[in-house]
Amino acid sequence: MSEALEAIFHVNTLTSTLRLATPIALAAMAGTLSERVGVINLALEAKLLAGAFAGAYASYVTGSAWLGVGAAVLAGVLIGALLGLFTLRWRANHVVAGIGLNILALGLTTWLLQVIWGSRGTSPVVPDLPGWSIPGLQAVPLLGPLLSGHSPLVYVMLLAGPLLWVWLFKTPGGLRARMIGEHPEAADTVGIPVRRTQFLLLLAAGALAALGGAQLSLGHLSWFSQNMSAGRGYMALAANVFGRWNPLGSMLAALLFAFTDALQMRVQTLPSPPPTELVQMLPYLLTILVVAGAFRKARPPAALGRHYEPGRSGTE
Amino acid sequence: MTERTAGRRLPAAWAEVLGELALTAAAVALALLAGAALLALAGYDVRDAYYNLWDGAFGSVYSVADTLVNAMPLLFAGLAVAFAFRGGLFNIGAEGQLYAGALATAVTAAALAEWPSVPLIAAAMLAGALAGGLWGLVPGALKAKTGAHEVITTIMLNYVAILLTTHLVKQYFKAPGPVDQTALIPAHARLPELIAGTRLTWAVVIGVVLVAAVDWLLRRTSFGFDVVLVGSNPGAAVYAGVPVAARTVWTMAVSGAVAGLAGSTMVLGVLYRFIANFSPGYGFTAVAVALVARARPWGVLPAAVLFGALQAGGLTMQLFARIPADLMTAVQGLVILFVAAPGLLYAWRRLPVAAPRAGTAMTMTAETAAEGAAETAAGPDNETARREAGP
Amino acid sequence: MTVSHNDAGRPLPPPAGAAPGPAPTPGGGGADAPPAPAIEMIGIYKRFGPVQASAGAHLRVYPGEIHCLLGENGAGKSTLMKILYGLYAMDAGEIRIRGRTAVIRSPGDAMRAGIGMVHQHFMLVDDFTVAENVIAGMEPRRRGLIDMAAARRLVAEYSRRFGLHVDPGARVEDLSVGQQQRVEILKALIRGAEFLILDEPTAVLTPQEADELFRVMRQLKAEGKTIIFITHKLKETLAVADRVTVLRAGRDAGSMPASQTTPQRLAELMVGRRVLLQVPAPPAQRGPALLQLENVTVKGAGKDLLRSVNLQVRGGEILGIAGVEGNGQLELEEVVAGWRTPDQGRVRIAGRDVAGMGPRRRRRLGLAHIPSDRLRRGLAPALSVEQNVVLGRHWGQPYARLGVLRRPAVRELADAVTSRFDVRGGRGPVGGLSGGNQQKLVVGRELYHNPWVILACQPTRGVDVGAIERIHRELLDMRARGAAVLLISADLDELLALSDRLAVIYEGEIVAEGETGQFTEEMLGLLMAGQRPSGGSGRNAAGRNGTGRDGAGRDGAGPTEATAGD
Repeated sequence: MSEALEAIFHVNTLTSTLRLATPIALAAMAGTLSERVGVINLALEAKLLAGAFAGAYASYVTGSAWLGVGAAVLAGVLIGALLGLFTLRWRANHVVAGIGLNILALGLTTWLLQVIWGSRGTSPVVPDLPGWSIPGLQAVPLLGPLLSGHSPLVYVMLLAGPLLWVWLFKTPGGLRARMIGEHPEAADTVGIPVRRTQFLLLLAAGALAALGGAQLSLGHLSWFSQNMSAGRGYMALAANVFGRWNPLGSMLAALLFAFTDALQMRVQTLPSPPPTELVQMLPYLLTILVVAGAFRKARPPAALGRHYEPGRSGTE
Repeated sequence: MTERTAGRRLPAAWAEVLGELALTAAAVALALLAGAALLALAGYDVRDAYYNLWDGAFGSVYSVADTLVNAMPLLFAGLAVAFAFRGGLFNIGAEGQLYAGALATAVTAAALAEWPSVPLIAAAMLAGALAGGLWGLVPGALKAKTGAHEVITTIMLNYVAILLTTHLVKQYFKAPGPVDQTALIPAHARLPELIAGTRLTWAVVIGVVLVAAVDWLLRRTSFGFDVVLVGSNPGAAVYAGVPVAARTVWTMAVSGAVAGLAGSTMVLGVLYRFIANFSPGYGFTAVAVALVARARPWGVLPAAVLFGALQAGGLTMQLFARIPADLMTAVQGLVILFVAAPGLLYAWRRLPVAAPRAGTAMTMTAETAAEGAAETAAGPDNETARREAGP
Repeated sequence: MTVSHNDAGRPLPPPAGAAPGPAPTPGGGGADAPPAPAIEMIGIYKRFGPVQASAGAHLRVYPGEIHCLLGENGAGKSTLMKILYGLYAMDAGEIRIRGRTAVIRSPGDAMRAGIGMVHQHFMLVDDFTVAENVIAGMEPRRRGLIDMAAARRLVAEYSRRFGLHVDPGARVEDLSVGQQQRVEILKALIRGAEFLILDEPTAVLTPQEADELFRVMRQLKAEGKTIIFITHKLKETLAVADRVTVLRAGRDAGSMPASQTTPQRLAELMVGRRVLLQVPAPPAQRGPALLQLENVTVKGAGKDLLRSVNLQVRGGEILGIAGVEGNGQLELEEVVAGWRTPDQGRVRIAGRDVAGMGPRRRRRLGLAHIPSDRLRRGLAPALSVEQNVVLGRHWGQPYARLGVLRRPAVRELADAVTSRFDVRGGRGPVGGLSGGNQQKLVVGRELYHNPWVILACQPTRGVDVGAIERIHRELLDMRARGAAVLLISADLDELLALSDRLAVIYEGEIVAEGETGQFTEEMLGLLMAGQRPSGGSGRNAAGRNGTGRDGAGRDGAGPTEATAGD
C-alpha cells in the first residue's frame, strides 16, 4: 500500500503527467473554444495529427524545431478553416465533418510519411524542442523538479488554461463568443458578428490543438509516427466535456486523465500491478458519468451543433 | 386518383435516388481528383496509379473478391450506423460494439468447439450480436434515462470496449505468444469460402441477407415504423403514441447487434481469432458508409463496396505502382466531407442532409421528444422546402 | 450620474431630460395640432409565400406617446414591427423617422436610429447574469477586461432611473418572466433606444406583472421615450395607450386617441364586418356527454396555464373554443390528447376517466385528434402518404399482424382516405403535398375511423378555401353522426360557422360559455380581449362542482353563461 502511495506521489509520476497531459489539454482547450461558439469539434484528432506531422516535417526540413512549431500552427489553422468552411459555410453536420477531417488527416499524414520518408512506421529523428527551466525555480523543493526541463509547450499549456479562462469569462470578446454559443439570435440582434467570430475562434482552436500535436512530435518525442495522436483528440473532447466547457476545467480534466495514465505506467513496476487497461479506462468511464449527470449535470452551450444563418433571426 | 397518375410515382422516387447517386458520384470524383492532384504533386504517374487502383478493385474476379472482403466489416458496421440514423441516433460506437461482438464470438467458438459446424457458427454469431447489442444498449439507455448525448457516450464506449477486450484477452483468453490474441478457432467454426481460391466467405451472403432483413424491419414492421417515425419527427411519434424512450433504447441495441456481427464475421471469416486492437477504425469508416448510403439499408451495399474498393485498389496501387495505399484513406475522408456538405455539392438542388435528423441529433441537450420535434419541423429549410414543393 | 464607462464606440444616451424633438405630448387627447410624427410607416407591403402579411399598412407614431398596435392574430402587427426593427425586409413602402426617410436593413440600423425592440421570445442567454446580457456587445472595459462593476452600476443606474427593478448580478434563468422582460427593456434603453417596441409584452405575464409593466411604460414615457405596444387585449390598450392603431388583415383599420374611443368601437374595428357562413346542418340532436373536463388545472411557471376548466361536449354537438392564441388552447389540446397530465382535475372520454392513458389508448377509446401544428406533430413530412395515413394505428389489426405491417390493408386505407377526403399530390413524402392536402390527409386519417370524440385544433389553418369547405363539411358530418367535437380555433368565422356552443378562453380560464346564437361578434371580441361584458361578475361558483352527466349546455353546466351584452 505504501508502495502504491509512493508511486502516486512520486515526482516522476507528476512530471510525466504534465508531459502526457499537454497534447490532450491543448486540444481540449481548443475544443472548448470552438464548442463555446457552437461548433462541435470532433476534428481535434485531425488537428493533433496534422500538427504533429507538420511540426516534424518542418523541423526535419529546416533543422529548427521552432519553425516546426510554426508549421504545426499553420496546419492546425488550415484544418480549423476547413472545419469552419464545411460546418458554417456549407452546413455540413458538425460530427460528420469532424469524422471526415479525422480520416482525411490520418490518411494524408500516413501517406506523406511514406512518400517523404519511405517508412510507414516513423519518421527519422528530427530536431526537437529544448527543455526549459525557469531560473530560480529549480532550487525550490518539489516544484523545482516538477516544473523544470519540460518542453516549452508544456509551459504554453499551463499558461493557456488560465489565460483562456480569463479571456472567455472576463473579456468582452469572451462574453460575445459565449453568447454566440448560447443564443446566436441574441448575439445577432445586439450587433455581434456571429459568423466572423465563429470562424476566428475555429482558427484559433486549430492553432491551439496543433500545438498539442507539436508537443507529441517535437516536445515529448522527436519524430513523427503513424497515427501518433492515437485517439487523444477524442480524449480531449471528453476532457472538454468533463471540464464543463471551461478552459481551466478542460486543462484540469486533461491533467487528471494524464495522471491516471502516468500512474498506470508507474504502478507497472510494482510486484502485483493492477491491470493496465482497467486503469486506462477510467477517464472514459468518468466522462460517461459526467454526461449522464452523475455528479452535476454538465450543460453544453445551448446552440451547440446548430446551423445558424446570421441575419435571418427573424424569419419564421 | 387525381392529378398525378400512378405512372408518375415511380419516376419521382427514382429521380430522387438518381439525384443522390449523381451527387455521390460527384463527391467521389472530386475526392479522386484531389487524390490525383496529390499524386501529381508528389511526382507520381497519376494514370498508372489510378489504372492500378481500378484493376485492384474491379479488374478480375480476385480483385472483386478482395474488394468484397474489404467491404464486409464496413457493410455490417455501416448497416448498424444507418439503422441508428434512421431512428434519429448518431451511433459513433460501432467500433466498440464490433470489438464486443468479435470477442464474444471468438470465445463462444472456442467454448462450443465440440458442436457441429453450422450450429456452432450460428451460436458464435448470436453471441457476437448479443454482445454488440448490449454494448449499444448502454448509450441508448443513458440517452433515454439521462439525456446523455449518444455521440459522446458512444465514442467513450469505443475506448472502453477496446481496453476491456484487451484486458479480458490478456487475463483470461490469451494464446501463448507475444501478441494479445486468443487461440485460433476450430476449423469447422470458420465461415466457408464462397469462391474457391479467394478469401471471400459466406459473410457476403449473410451480409446481404442482413441488409434485406434490416430493410424489411424498417419498412414492413410496426417496430421499424416506430423507429423511423421517432427518427423522422419525434413530435409525430409522441402524437401517435409511440413510446419514444423505449424505442431509443431498442434502436441502439439493434444497431449495436448489427455492428457486433461485423466483429463476428471478422473473427469467423478473416482473422479466425480475436486479436486485441484488430480494427483499423471500421466503426468510423462505417459512419461514412452510412452517410454515403443516405441511411438506406440497400444503399449500404454499394457504399461499403465503394469503400472496400478504395482499400483493395489502394493495396494493388501500392504493390504495382509503389504508391502508399493510405492515400485512399485520405480520399475516403474527402468523400465524407463532400457528401456531408449540402452547401457545397447540393447547392443546385435543395436536399435534406443525409441523416434524417442530423440537425437535431446534434443538439447536445437532453431534449424531450416533443422539443426535438419542434426543432426538426420548425427548421426554416423544411418550411421553405415545403413551400417550394407546394402546389 | 456617471455613464462614462463605455468605450465600445456607441454613445450612451444622455441621461434624463434630453428627449428628442418637441416636448412629449400629453397622452389624453387634448392636443389640437399634434407635432410631426416621430415614426411614420407608409404603405408597407410584405408577403410570405401565399400570405400577404402586410398589405399597405400605415402607422404614425408621435413623440413621447404610448402607441398601441391592436389587432387579432395574423393581423400583421408583428410583421410591421419586425420590418421597423430591420428583421424583415419590406416588399414596398417607406419608413420615416423624425421626418426623414430611413433605410433599416438590420437590427443594427434600427438601433442606430434609436429603435429598440423587446421580442416576444426573449433574446436572453439563460446562463448569463442580467448585467452580462445587458452589456454584451457594448461592454464597459478596464484594461482589456470587462469592467463588471461598472456594468452592474450601469444596469443598476438605468434600472433605478426607469423603475425597472432587477438584480444585475442575478442569473437570467433564475428570474421570473416579468423580470426577464425588464432585462430586455433595459437592454434596449442602455443601447440608447428612444423608440421602444414591445411585442405582445403581456402575453407571458401575470396580471400583477402586467400592471407593473404598465407602470414602467408610463415612467418611460415620462422620461421622454416613445413606446409602440403590440397587443390584442382591449383592457390594456385602454389602460395605457395614448393612441391606438388597429390593424386588420395587414392594413390599418383606424387610428385614434385612446381617450376618444370605446372598447366596442375597437372590437368592431379589430374584427370587422364578417360574412357569416351558414351552418347547413339542422340543429344538433344532442346525445350524452362524450368528452368531459372536470376542474382541469395545468400549472405553469408562475401562473396557471389552465385554471379549473370545466367543459363538456355531448354527442352531436360542436363546442367551439374561442380565444386569442396563447391563452391556454395548446394546454387544453395536450390535456385532451394525452400528452400532458393535468395538475388537477380529470378528463373523461365516453364516460371513462382517461388519467394515465397515452394517445394510443385514447385513440382506441374513440378519440380523433387533428393537431394544431400538423407539421410538427400531425405528420412526418419525410414519410410517405401511406406511412402517414396509418400513423397511430400501425400496431394492430387490420394494419398489422404480429408486428408486421400488412401492406395491402395499409394501401387500401390510403386509397380510401385519399379518395374520400380528396387528398391530391401523389403518394410520395407528404412534405411535398400542399398545405391543404396535408391537412386533408390528417383530417381524413383521423375521421376515417368514425371516432366518438373529435379534438379538432386549428383544423383549417394555412389551408386553401376549397380544403376549408371540405374539412368543415366533414366535421359537420361527424356531428350529424353523433360524435362530439371540441373545436379549438383562432378563426372566429370558423367558430361561428360550425359551433353549436361556444366557450371563450382567456388566460387559461373559461370566461364565458353559451349557445353560439347568444354571442355577438362584438361580445366575443370583448371577451377574448379579457373584458367581461357589462355586469360580468366573474365566474359562477357553481361551475366548480363538476358537471352532471346529463346537464345540457344551456342549463348552466358550464361556468358563467354569457348573457346578452350591454
